[in-house]
Amino acid sequence: MTTVRDDPTAAASAHADGATRPRPPSSLRTARILLAKDLLLELRSLETLPAMALFSITTFVIFHFALDRTTVSGQLAAGILAGTLLFASMLAINRLFVAEREQGGFDGFLLAPVDRTALLLAKAAALFLFLVVLEVVAVPAFAVLLLGPALGARLGGIVVVLLLADVALAVIGTLVSAIAVHTRARDLIGPIVGLPLLIPALIGTARGLGSVLSAHGSHWPPGKWLAIVALYDLVFALLAYAVFDFLLED
Amino acid sequence: MSHARGLRGLIFATIAMTMAALALVFFYAPLDADQGFVQKIFYIHVPMAIVSLCGFVLGALLAIGHLRTGDRKWDLRSYVAIHMSLIFGVAALIMGSIWAKASWGHWWVWDDPTLVSFLIVLLLFATYQPLRFAIEDPERQARYASVFAVVAGAFVPLNFIAVRLSQGFVHPRVLTLTGGNLPGSMRLTFTVAVLAVALLFATLCIFELSAKRTRIELRRLRRELLGDDAVAALRRSAAPS
Repeated sequence: MTTVRDDPTAAASAHADGATRPRPPSSLRTARILLAKDLLLELRSLETLPAMALFSITTFVIFHFALDRTTVSGQLAAGILAGTLLFASMLAINRLFVAEREQGGFDGFLLAPVDRTALLLAKAAALFLFLVVLEVVAVPAFAVLLLGPALGARLGGIVVVLLLADVALAVIGTLVSAIAVHTRARDLIGPIVGLPLLIPALIGTARGLGSVLSAHGSHWPPGKWLAIVALYDLVFALLAYAVFDFLLED
Repeated sequence: MSHARGLRGLIFATIAMTMAALALVFFYAPLDADQGFVQKIFYIHVPMAIVSLCGFVLGALLAIGHLRTGDRKWDLRSYVAIHMSLIFGVAALIMGSIWAKASWGHWWVWDDPTLVSFLIVLLLFATYQPLRFAIEDPERQARYASVFAVVAGAFVPLNFIAVRLSQGFVHPRVLTLTGGNLPGSMRLTFTVAVLAVALLFATLCIFELSAKRTRIELRRLRRELLGDDAVAALRRSAAPS
């Protein structure tokens, strides 16, 4: 495990040494290396993704009993789906920086002559990919277990809304996770800070999905909600870019 | 004392303004035709909510000062602004609830966007103290709290837009930036009330700031005179020290 974790730093310094004029790798290249490290780590340990998928499916079963419904549609279905994905994402957000914190990855990264924003980029991308994989499992499971209207024609709309929502979850999740990982009770601080911050994104997602999942009407989300979530993505991406460096100083 | 320069003038101004506001509320402003006497809570509740929101944004701006300069005094100011705004915010929420019960018959209504947005903002800022408390290193605590304050400050307007749009229909606005449809006497009373609450906020903030500064100064002097060992180590604290 340790060798895997040390790889990016080693690769980065080897790259710098090999050149005639030592030059740090570009942010994008650093981010790609870090992302590859995170994905490899997840692929080998399978720690987070199976837990998230299981959590969502269990939550759908819980909603079935709690609401006493065999099928749901419209805003109710959208709320269940969006809420479940939001809570499942908290699992990944809590774990996002734990390896860095516990195994000295932060120190290794700070010692490397690389742009610090690369870590934000890599972690947000990793979280985004985790969420996409989660949805590949959770949305069909939701369609089989609870969703009344057929999924087929609605898939395009769902994909668009969820991709926009994933950006918000990934950006805010990375920011919150980076704040929470250095606190004593990080498993508590992550969700209590993250959930209120994500409420506007949830509003946009749930409302957008609501009209897609309704039994009648258009299968396409209203532009208003897409615009809200996209605006939220943009503002928080810029904000995260502006403040992330301060979370890494030591 | 240099920490509290100008405090006396501010206190007198606050007292005068608060008295004037209360006098206007009870003796000048007309009774509301529909809601009667209970509507007068509006003159305290709305100014408190406005001042509290402005205080949160002020906390974010002061936090930017801390991140830019690295000077801990900005963190202290940001902490005090957010701390005081939280107190004002809780008070505003409780008064809003009372007003809602009196005028709409329910303690809580979900279809008033301002009320709901305010609750979400308050829920977010309520995590400011737990977050600070969970970080032991004072330097890191100050830095992380500032990052949180900046993010949360930017969240305030975005949240209001999102919640506002999520309402299918929008209530008639009692108050808009242009003054809405308030009659002149009510608007005058309301303006004086906003000023009074803002002055109260400023006074309390300066009180808390000078108390905190005095405590820090006292610790420094004790350490200087009695030696490091004589001064007990600080317990873990959410407040800057």
